[in-house]
Amino acid sequence: MGEYLYVSPDHASAAEAFLRNRPEAEVSMEFEIGEKDFVNAGKGSAEVKNTLKRLGIDPNILRRVAVASYEAEINVAAHSSGGRMNSFIYDDLVYIRFADCGPGIADIEQAMVPGWSTADDLVREMGFGAGLGLPNIKKNADLLRINSQAGGNTLLELIIFYA
Amino acid sequence: MTLKEICSFLEAEPLTRNLNLDREVPCAFASDLISDILMCTKEPTLLLTGLTNPQVIRLSDMIDLVGIVFVRGKMPPRELVEMAEERDLALLSTKLTMYRSSGILYNTGLRSCKI
Repeated sequence: MGEYLYVSPDHASAAEAFLRNRPEAEVSMEFEIGEKDFVNAGKGSAEVKNTLKRLGIDPNILRRVAVASYEAEINVAAHSSGGRMNSFIYDDLVYIRFADCGPGIADIEQAMVPGWSTADDLVREMGFGAGLGLPNIKKNADLLRINSQAGGNTLLELIIFYA
Repeated sequence: MTLKEICSFLEAEPLTRNLNLDREVPCAFASDLISDILMCTKEPTLLLTGLTNPQVIRLSDMIDLVGIVFVRGKMPPRELVEMAEERDLALLSTKLTMYRSSGILYNTGLRSCKI
């Protein structure tokens, strides 16, 4: 089982405390993500962004949430046989988890290298597969945790604080 | 620079109805890679691209796009134009290449978006 963890230094203790305690969320949302469903992929992330916008969250935070979440949603559509996105909105942060049905990531460290991609031609023709998805998530998230193994499922979790 | 001026400089055809051609365009970015577009767009931006799939419109749900110019004579499918109209997003199409379009707009003073 491979695990990758990135936490921004500014939010390390708060993010780790959150994951230990996992309090009840104010708002939670669930979306199905279909394999290669590029018509609907992105709807979940747009919905999370709109909900946060209605709550008056800062536009720069909204953009970071939307970009990180969208990249992760596209990854599930492009690389897995489908999965689910669950978003949990709190007073001070948003926590989003993407669980897919495989086939897993053989080498997570390699997958984090900008420019590395296993995307097929269909995915590339749509403008994806530049190998920047995971680095882009890391750049915008305060916490990124990935658990995966070849032949298994992938769980990607991200946290973004509002301040 | 307004959308109207951009149409004129690029000999571009508006694709969406009820377009506000007086809308100001502060800056632009050109790419066919979605991750690049997401990474580089942090302010209201005009996007020049050759991509014509629905995810290009979905992008505007994530980042602030003033409009999209399809280059090299690319024409998006009807449902994509409808998606843009629902979002009040301006779509233009030009026969010029991405390089030429970018050069023309840059020379007339439209700056690159801050990255």
